[in-house]
Amino acid sequence: MATTTTTPRKAYVGQRIRRTEDPRLITGTATYVDDIKREGMLYAAVLRSPHSAAKISSIAIEKAAALPGVRAVYTGEDIKDVGPVPCAGSMPTLRVPHHHILAQDRVYYVGHPVAAVVATDRYVAQDALDLIEVDYDPTDFVADPEKAMEEGAVKVHPEYPDNIAFTYQQTGGDVEKAFAEADVIVSQRITVPRLAPSPIETRGVVAEWDEGMKELVLYSSTQIPHLLKIQLAVQLNLPENHVRVIAPEVGGGFGSKCNVWAEEALACFAAMELKKPIKWIETRRESMQVVAHGRGHIDHVELAAKNDGTLTGIKFKILQDIGGHHQLLTPIIPTLAVLMIPGLYKIGNFSADLTGVFTNLAPTDLYRGAGRPEATYVVERIVDKLADTLGMDPAEIRLKNFPEASEFPFATATGLSYDSGDYAKAFNIALDRIGYQDFLKEQETAQSEGRLLGIGISTYGEICAFGPSPATPAGGWESATVRVEATGKVTIMSGASPHGQGGETAYAQMAADHLGIPMDDIVVIHGDTAKVHFGVGTFGSRGMAIGGTAVHLALEDIVSKGTKYAAHMLGVSAENVTFESGVFSTSESDKTVTFQELAFEAAMARNLPPGTEPGISATRFFEPPNFAFPFGAHIATVEIDRETGQVKILRYLAIDDIGNVINPMLVDGQLHGGVAQGLGPAFLEEVVYDENGQLLTGTFMDYAIPKAKDMPWIESDRTVTPSPVNPLGVKGVGEAGTIGSLPAFVNAVVDALSPLGVEHIDIPMTPQKVWNLINERSQS
Amino acid sequence: MIPASFDYSAPDSLSAALQLLADNPESKVLAGGQSLIPILKLRLAEPSQVVDLAGVADLHFIAEENGNIRIGAMTTHQQIESSDLLKEKCPLLPQAAASIGDVQVRNRGTIGGSVAHADPAADYPAVLQALDAKVKVVGPGGERLVAIDDFIVDALTTALDPGDIITEIQVPVEQPGVGTSYQTIEQPASGYAVVAAAARIGVSDGNISFARVALTGVGSKAYRATSVESALEGQPANADSIAAASLSAAEGVDALSDLHASAAYRTHLASVFARRAIAAAAGLG
Repeated sequence: MATTTTTPRKAYVGQRIRRTEDPRLITGTATYVDDIKREGMLYAAVLRSPHSAAKISSIAIEKAAALPGVRAVYTGEDIKDVGPVPCAGSMPTLRVPHHHILAQDRVYYVGHPVAAVVATDRYVAQDALDLIEVDYDPTDFVADPEKAMEEGAVKVHPEYPDNIAFTYQQTGGDVEKAFAEADVIVSQRITVPRLAPSPIETRGVVAEWDEGMKELVLYSSTQIPHLLKIQLAVQLNLPENHVRVIAPEVGGGFGSKCNVWAEEALACFAAMELKKPIKWIETRRESMQVVAHGRGHIDHVELAAKNDGTLTGIKFKILQDIGGHHQLLTPIIPTLAVLMIPGLYKIGNFSADLTGVFTNLAPTDLYRGAGRPEATYVVERIVDKLADTLGMDPAEIRLKNFPEASEFPFATATGLSYDSGDYAKAFNIALDRIGYQDFLKEQETAQSEGRLLGIGISTYGEICAFGPSPATPAGGWESATVRVEATGKVTIMSGASPHGQGGETAYAQMAADHLGIPMDDIVVIHGDTAKVHFGVGTFGSRGMAIGGTAVHLALEDIVSKGTKYAAHMLGVSAENVTFESGVFSTSESDKTVTFQELAFEAAMARNLPPGTEPGISATRFFEPPNFAFPFGAHIATVEIDRETGQVKILRYLAIDDIGNVINPMLVDGQLHGGVAQGLGPAFLEEVVYDENGQLLTGTFMDYAIPKAKDMPWIESDRTVTPSPVNPLGVKGVGEAGTIGSLPAFVNAVVDALSPLGVEHIDIPMTPQKVWNLINERSQS
Repeated sequence: MIPASFDYSAPDSLSAALQLLADNPESKVLAGGQSLIPILKLRLAEPSQVVDLAGVADLHFIAEENGNIRIGAMTTHQQIESSDLLKEKCPLLPQAAASIGDVQVRNRGTIGGSVAHADPAADYPAVLQALDAKVKVVGPGGERLVAIDDFIVDALTTALDPGDIITEIQVPVEQPGVGTSYQTIEQPASGYAVVAAAARIGVSDGNISFARVALTGVGSKAYRATSVESALEGQPANADSIAAASLSAAEGVDALSDLHASAAYRTHLASVFARRAIAAAAGLG
């Protein structure tokens, strides 16, 4: 697959160039939503349900409304004409409960928005919340997805008596035959708890209504301004071309801002009602409580194999905790786990049985990796368990079941076409770098001394670069406009909406090389629906593969148009013009035209080539023919303190293949952050509710996200297998680290504990949990 | 995460601070704010006045006097962690201070604030108990010196009376021949100790001649493990006797059980960390 072509060393692409975004971000001169201030701006606060389930008998707002500084108090009755918060799922069995922007007659979970106050400042708004008197009639609730599935369980929604939000089944090959003919079958129940996305900037909006123009402008900390614009127009019954959405600096999203949130329409509604700018900034407590949690799976997996380690079939059952209602992509996310359950292996036969279940808990939805970490974790765990059962080396069993590099594009039993890969190559490099055989010897010695050393392998693959439009709910394309200014500067407008990834830098690198101009001459604009005319957004590791490709296509058009102009200026035909390092030249004379001269002439249009129009700009859309499939091998080695259960990470190695790389520094940053967000759930993170559906991990005093001191040194390198699905040959890197790392950590800990007979441990692997296992096994 | 409104006062003298507290019994003292500010933001407390001691110059000092080291209540954890005087003459305290929270917390948080808050999992109380520290309090009833054991009454409860301010903590200059150590296992979210042990161990002629062992995080307040201390004294300073003595580290303590650790795990950790601290203090770590 990988073809080697000799290309001249590029000045920008492929270089470790520092992010052009950073000076403003690290000097505090960037503008986030909460930095936006407007004359007469009012502040909103949201009253949320303290009950996991209750009927609302009445709401008395008089005291709150009478508090000096309060301008409005809204309840469900006031907003009932605002359209519901959308869910993009479309499976035939999908049930979508009422999702008004404020609760109507019932609340479904702790944190469900019930009322909103608008006041002259944030403090008054918060004080007024305490004065709203809601008469709740608490009802029975179910706060556990497995209990919600039991016969006679409490109904989260009376109209759906079995609590089932949707079901989805898929099969490939002949899984029953594979299991009937298997030499060995291993199975495991695996839980993947809810995780709080925890971006450093919580959600926030400023909504402005221009009464004269009848125009709504919403500043929102979002990953998808263009999609949000469409949704707001629908929810608020406004013409779409009277709605503008701006994503200013966005302080992280991790998928949690790839959503359409009740508070966005709520602030717009208030701005239109009061004819005043409205700001709402989410508190951290609200963020922990209601920003859709990631994961929330209870999985059952069965793997069928031959005695020689050949994998023949996999059965995967997912129970997805939905929460009280859907968010934008809630039902879609676990289907990604279904698609990726074969991992990197040639498993020709599979079945998946997915059930989404309502609970009286906050909604779940996408979070970095979104379905793929779950699938990878499950398959990598069960392959290890099979190796253990067969007495085989877990490295050998993996190598035995990879498709060969020559087999790509590789068709999976789940209906995907893996674009390109050389799985064994990346894995063998990883085994070599970690010193696999040496570690096994060291482990044996340590074990003989009673020490618990483990090595964990994760050979992961993922589906990303979303994606072909027919396979995505809201368009899988991306757009880009490249505009050449009269002075030769270049403005790129991207429909992607980077929020920390460094897209501005990467796109500018591409343009600088392509046009032979300095990066400083390039401005990248994104995240404003009035400045960028079409777009989808940044999520699912698509910023470069889809957004970057659109930029690339537009740049090609610029050069193509420019060449025509230049030919006219040079007095030759276009075929005889070459463009190199920002200069158009011809073999027919010594004359040259610089890019800047061309830009000026095209703008002045005093001597237009026949049949051409003034100016040079291009808008292109890229519609990908397929997803891209990054892969790699992550290996962790650990030692466990028998007395305390504490796990020390000895080494962490990552060999990733994300196709071609535009900026290795950005890629390293994405991978490091990704690994941190795999380490979190492995060892630290878990959203915990009590039996009443009350959130116990409501602050960072109780919910542990990884800190710098928790991180191991990450030894990393890459193999490069270009993707054939886009002209850049890139795959995507935003989620790879999160997907690849979790199984490595868990497999390492299970390996370390295996002398005690431990076959599995559920995450997070807290010291207490590890100690309990050691303690139980040591006593038995 | 949005506090209720309150008046903010930043007096520049102790007497002015005391007067502000006397004038408004609904006041809270701000001494770094690493506990109080989150409490205010969560509206767990809604004082009508916050009296910030940051500007009271008399509360920032570390000084040796008559065999004691006096530490002003507003001395930050970072100042304690990096004090050459303490490192030389009371090394247990800077070792423990270095394990508190993170750099930002240590730059803001103060020893007086921590002791007044009396979090059951805070790092200082066990250390101060092992050190036989005293807390100097000034208030409407005048000035008094309270032994740390008497000062910490229970979780979040101290011997402070309304209107009182802690002005300093006194710890003795470490005796010659006594080694010290502080060993902790942290709750990963908050950085507080799940369990931590402070030990001061004197060894002479191979036997343990002096033992002070105190633990935090196990129960509702830090405590001296007196049964461990008495089991150690006179015993040979070796791993076996230390291990045996440490088994009773949580004896008689009603261990806490919460989201982060069960009572059984805490009880177990008490023995492990007591043993590790004692062994390290005895030079066997």
